[in-house]
Amino acid sequence: MMTLAARLAGIACALALALPALADEVQDAAKLLKAGQHRQALERVNKALTAKPRDPQARFLKGLILTEQGNSKEAIEIFSKLTQDYPELPEPYNNLAVIYASQGQYDKARAALEQSIRTHPSYATAYENLGDVYAKLASQAYDKALQIDSSNTAAKNKLSLTRELVGRPAPVVAAATKEPAKPEPEKSKPAPAAPPDAPGEVLKAVNGWAEAWSKKDADGYLAYYAKEFKTPGGEGRDAWEKTRRARIAAPKSIAVGVESPKVTMAGADRATVTFRQSYRSDVLKSNSRKTLVMVRTDGRWQIVEEKSG
Amino acid sequence: MRRLAFLLMLAASSAFAAPTPEDKLSRVFESIEGNRLDEAMTRVDALIREYPNFRLAHLVRGDLLLARSRPLQTFGNVEKTVPPEKVDGLRNEALARLRALRQRPAEDRLPRYVLQLHAEQKHVLVVDSRRSRLYVFANTQGRPKLIADYYVTLGKNGMDKARQGDQKTPVGVYHVTANLPRKKLTDFYGAGAFPIKYPNEWDRRQGRNGHGIWLHGVPRDVYSRPPRASDGCIVLSNPDLESVGQHVQVGLTPVIIADEIEWSEAAAVETERSALAGALEQWRADWQSRDTDRYLAHYSSRFSSPGQDLKAWGAHKRKVNGAKQWIKVGVSRVAMFRYPREGDFVVVTFDQDYKSSGLSNVMRKRQYWVKEGAAWKIIYEGAG
Repeated sequence: MMTLAARLAGIACALALALPALADEVQDAAKLLKAGQHRQALERVNKALTAKPRDPQARFLKGLILTEQGNSKEAIEIFSKLTQDYPELPEPYNNLAVIYASQGQYDKARAALEQSIRTHPSYATAYENLGDVYAKLASQAYDKALQIDSSNTAAKNKLSLTRELVGRPAPVVAAATKEPAKPEPEKSKPAPAAPPDAPGEVLKAVNGWAEAWSKKDADGYLAYYAKEFKTPGGEGRDAWEKTRRARIAAPKSIAVGVESPKVTMAGADRATVTFRQSYRSDVLKSNSRKTLVMVRTDGRWQIVEEKSG
Repeated sequence: MRRLAFLLMLAASSAFAAPTPEDKLSRVFESIEGNRLDEAMTRVDALIREYPNFRLAHLVRGDLLLARSRPLQTFGNVEKTVPPEKVDGLRNEALARLRALRQRPAEDRLPRYVLQLHAEQKHVLVVDSRRSRLYVFANTQGRPKLIADYYVTLGKNGMDKARQGDQKTPVGVYHVTANLPRKKLTDFYGAGAFPIKYPNEWDRRQGRNGHGIWLHGVPRDVYSRPPRASDGCIVLSNPDLESVGQHVQVGLTPVIIADEIEWSEAAAVETERSALAGALEQWRADWQSRDTDRYLAHYSSRFSSPGQDLKAWGAHKRKVNGAKQWIKVGVSRVAMFRYPREGDFVVVTFDQDYKSSGLSNVMRKRQYWVKEGAAWKIIYEGAG
């Protein structure tokens, strides 16, 4: 019997980039949840919701707290409502699926995860969870094939709950064109006078690289590689680009996710990023450790070295 | 799709228009072959909705789901610890079903065994054990024409039944002896049963025993069984048994069971048929002539009849023929089947209308003919 590893999406950096600061009560509630003080966390988040009943962050957090408390019924209600109100967000679908899977309702879990991925094709946590759900459904199908009673082979699934509501991905830096990136219009708050946040910029580039790859935008993707990029096999840049273009063109669809990224700065213009890369196409699925060495040239972060494993 | 390559080897293109569950399974594999895995999933889901007990379909569905999670190592990638023969049974069923659909007998080929059907035998059933397949042929002016074929389960210990309880399926020429409807049977036999005449005369002469070889259906909780799973019976899915049952005439329908059907050109079958028909006619004419030496020349030195060897048989015939002023022998409703596994060995049955000065009778007769040198000779003769 396979065991399913619990996974947490490590997305704190992305969160800091993409979202306005959480309201104080919600932040406090999140800390309390992290500390295992579920009851207090719930009180705090309910207080926040009294003031702003529709606030997605607070509702999401409440869903998490209820899930931790084992109150699946109410947690399902909250996450379901979030999927209706914010169908573009992948996380509520993911967490719905996690709860369904924990109840052994794998068909429902599968539907929610597929929806999560339709919403957000590069959402790695949902892919990994979906992989586990497919494996579980496969196991049930085999049980039927072999007439084995699967009701008591339980070891219910433990999938990864998404801890944070990230919202939309960080905007893609328009690296392929020479135009300067336009600031993302934000209605809900004034655009922050962005302080030079180097690790954040690096991550933005990594996300942009993954996005371009996922869109099969070979030009955009290759623009993330610096002129001095060391090709992995030592081949010429042209030969390498040709191979990459062919690889990107071959599958019908590609989805690349960046998970648990860690940025180490080496001076102001050089950084090493390690993360788990989930790659999925219609022909292949893989998960691997990836290291990118990046340098900043003319204000753009680009890849000079790429290592797998 | 490299990780599903081993499934592609099974992929079949069905020649049949009528969408049987087997055809639908085959289309699932076609989708896999075309790398349309979502379509394959839709198709297998539909098949399972229609036939929830089709275990093989569940196995394929399991693979399609697992392939979304990780690369498969094998067809039927079951990871639990289960007795390997359980999974192997389903794998073998898939192979048998898909091979049979893909490798169709050529239009101009006929099973070498069916030399002649008589007018009342509307159909003949021929089983190919290696393919786990039962072929139904219609009688068109004495010649067989393939009209349908079905996946079958045979004895778990293989073929050539010899002993009671050996869990093997006999090889030979039989016929259906009864029709047992569902209500007279336990659920194990499913939609019904058609016992066949094992052991026949030849089996008894070979010292083979045992009994209760039937064509029958399957229990409610399964759609079909693996290729080698019965105690010697020929098992079909319930819908298939019902279709075959529509063609069965109790006491008449031949059931020929072979290791692997020999498919011959129609012309070659006809050559052999006419040689046998000629030998039979000569035997009839020579008997009628009352020239006992010419008559006895049709019999092999190895001949025997119940209770008589060739010497006793010859002495008896000489005595009887010598006492007659005239003999008239009529032969009608002739059926001739080559016997699987026995080489040049043909079972001939016919209505014998014997009239003479003194005695007349009509009987169904059975003869076994073997080829000795260039000539066909009788090695057994008895009531059929």
